[in-house]
Amino acid sequence: MRILMENIHKAFGANKVLEGVDFELEPGEIHALMGENGAGKSTLMNILTGLFHQDQGKITIDGKETVFSDSKQAEEAGLAFIRQELNIWPQMTVLENLFIGKEKRNALGVLKEKEMKTLAEGVFKRLNISIPLNKEAGTCSVGEQQMIEIAKALMLDAEVIIMDEPTAALTDREIRLLFQIMKELTATGVSLVYISHRMEEIFEICDRITVMRDGVSVATSFIKDTSFDEIVKQMVGRELEDRYPERNPKYGETVMEVNGLTREGVFEDIHFSIKEGEILGISGLMGAGRTEIMRALFGIDPYDRGEIIMNGNPISIKNPSSAAKQGLAFITEDRKDEGLVLDFSIRENIALTNLESFAPNGVVKAKDEKQFVKMMVERLKVKMESQETKAGNLSGGNQQKVVIAKWVGTSPKVLIMDEPTRGIDVGAKREIYNLMNELTERGLAIIMVSSDLPEVLGMSDRILVIHEGKISGELVREEATQEKIMTFATGGN
Amino acid sequence: MKTAKLSTIWNKFLPLLALVGLIVVVTILNPSFMDPANIMNLLRQISINGLIAFGMTFVILTGGIDLSVGSILALTSALSAGMMVAGIDPILAIIIGTILGAVFGALNGVLIAKGKLAPFIVTLATMTIFRGLTLVYTGGKPITGLGDSYAFQLFGKGYFLGIPVPAVTMILAFIVLWFMLHKMAFGRKTYALGGNEKAALISGIKVDRVKVLIYSISGMMAGLAGMILTSRLNSAQPTAGQAYEMDAIAAVVIGGTSLAGGKGRIAGTFIGVLIIGILNNAMNLLGISSFYQQVVKGVVILIAVLIDRKRS
Repeated sequence: MRILMENIHKAFGANKVLEGVDFELEPGEIHALMGENGAGKSTLMNILTGLFHQDQGKITIDGKETVFSDSKQAEEAGLAFIRQELNIWPQMTVLENLFIGKEKRNALGVLKEKEMKTLAEGVFKRLNISIPLNKEAGTCSVGEQQMIEIAKALMLDAEVIIMDEPTAALTDREIRLLFQIMKELTATGVSLVYISHRMEEIFEICDRITVMRDGVSVATSFIKDTSFDEIVKQMVGRELEDRYPERNPKYGETVMEVNGLTREGVFEDIHFSIKEGEILGISGLMGAGRTEIMRALFGIDPYDRGEIIMNGNPISIKNPSSAAKQGLAFITEDRKDEGLVLDFSIRENIALTNLESFAPNGVVKAKDEKQFVKMMVERLKVKMESQETKAGNLSGGNQQKVVIAKWVGTSPKVLIMDEPTRGIDVGAKREIYNLMNELTERGLAIIMVSSDLPEVLGMSDRILVIHEGKISGELVREEATQEKIMTFATGGN
Repeated sequence: MKTAKLSTIWNKFLPLLALVGLIVVVTILNPSFMDPANIMNLLRQISINGLIAFGMTFVILTGGIDLSVGSILALTSALSAGMMVAGIDPILAIIIGTILGAVFGALNGVLIAKGKLAPFIVTLATMTIFRGLTLVYTGGKPITGLGDSYAFQLFGKGYFLGIPVPAVTMILAFIVLWFMLHKMAFGRKTYALGGNEKAALISGIKVDRVKVLIYSISGMMAGLAGMILTSRLNSAQPTAGQAYEMDAIAAVVIGGTSLAGGKGRIAGTFIGVLIIGILNNAMNLLGISSFYQQVVKGVVILIAVLIDRKRS
């Protein structure tokens, strides 16, 4: 299948995500799509596979202009999109997962188990993998789950498979296996779009690369004609320093110390300390246990043993309420599901963490509340019609500011930010970075979990890298590089 | 924006408009509906469902349900009647009965919050348990001989400034609960819990404690309703309050509160209680068989839910 996408534009409301992207895909090639978070890679692929429709530009497949009305149609045409969040039903078996929604059945609706089994075995053989078909999918490793997704795509006779960060959570061995399978697929004429942040892998496995930046395609080149440096230049377009405000940290006393924090099977022997005014970055691969550690610190999830010390005093954290009382604040990675009550107004959301302060005897003092919220939204530059606007109607960046306002308003000593800029636009990102600087200048300590490596490097004073639930490395700002972090994150030395 | 605001106003007042429309139609069909005597009668009739439905509003706002209210009503009624027979001061017995309602409700709340169980299942079970305990305690027979304390008689049958005392009790309860829901931190937490429980927890709200309190309120209102019924009947009936939870849930839903939680108002519930009460009262006045009354009530609930679906 030969695909040509020309001058693709797409905006979500006022937020222009794509502003003229060209992309082409030849049969049997592996084409890398690279760019920073928010460059528009996923949006482009979602347009290709029919989930969104471009505002402008055209898509030609095998010489014919094509518009898919939905993703199902694209799937039927032979385009499969394997997303980063895998589409696995954990309680069902591998076989059931392979045929979900496409079960083979006879005229009476009875499932044809044997036929499905034979088909599945055939595909697994082609992929040279051996996962028991009756295994519960949730008990498979992430690598195996990815293989299930690839098998699913092949069973639909996909000619184009798009993979979004397929190796992010894989072990080295699983990555080797994946690459082998990818090579075999291309030999049979399947083409692959490979979205990744990992330069080494791209140079190892891909034939061509298209770099995107801020919603435009910068260049498409053959891998053999380009270099690491050139790609980085195309990707960043400007120097790294420009995107992050300068940090001049002044450290005060140690505010928090964590010793031997362990939750069996999730994380083990986590120890670190953080000073007033410091930003401690937490890096690591998806699924390494970063978020789980933070959730335990804030009392959302339990921990089995370990010690948490605030200002020299050991404290016990039983639930978020007690964590907040001890001066902790937590900005969750999932603002829609955990950070906000979407049906609540901006005012009600910001007030939620501070109810005790303007309802000292249980009765909410409406005037105090309004005034407090006014102060917070001004400080965070929340763009809104009024305090009464529903949080659900705000853009991602403004929603995130409301979540931050909620917690900054409690005057915490340690602010935990889990993926503080995920899914928000560049301008709002910059504002959040500036705010982080302002807060640390006033002596707040920030623990920042982020999957965005440039962000970790650009904002952290010190970086802890987590690998499989353990701290695998610690780097100070000056010595940290993407390569060093990735080495620690993948368990290397 | 203008139209959005207009539609919210429309949504807010839809139950009220329905109520006014109903009153107009009923008055045209039978002018005696507006007789002061009938209005007072109506207010007394709705007071028990009103109290239970107000408590139920809190529960439903959190996305929960309380099926045990009818059984709590019967059990508290039986226990307080038993106290009176044993010679305890009737007013004290009423107070203890109401508090016991709160305790039974708290038991629901603890099972739901700490046991992480579904409200439907917990209250289905306690509905059966409380009913069973009532039958055990009463031996399946009414408890009578509660004495002739004037204050006790007044509680269910008396008048205060020409208004039936049960209606006064209901209105006072409404004012207190309205204030709690709309003016106090507790109310805000109730809505937050229904809107997004995870976000509420992570915002440092003691979700478990709020839940226990909410089911206690529901139980307490059922207990209070039980006291009114005991006084009105001057006895405790082992089968009292059966299916009362259904009328209460119906009133909450007709009043525009979403069963999914997070959205709704207690004033809407009051209107829902009035609508159900007027339907019953008017159909009695018009001589419509009580069998048909049930059909009509069911249809009204369906219409209310359909409108609610359209709105969201």
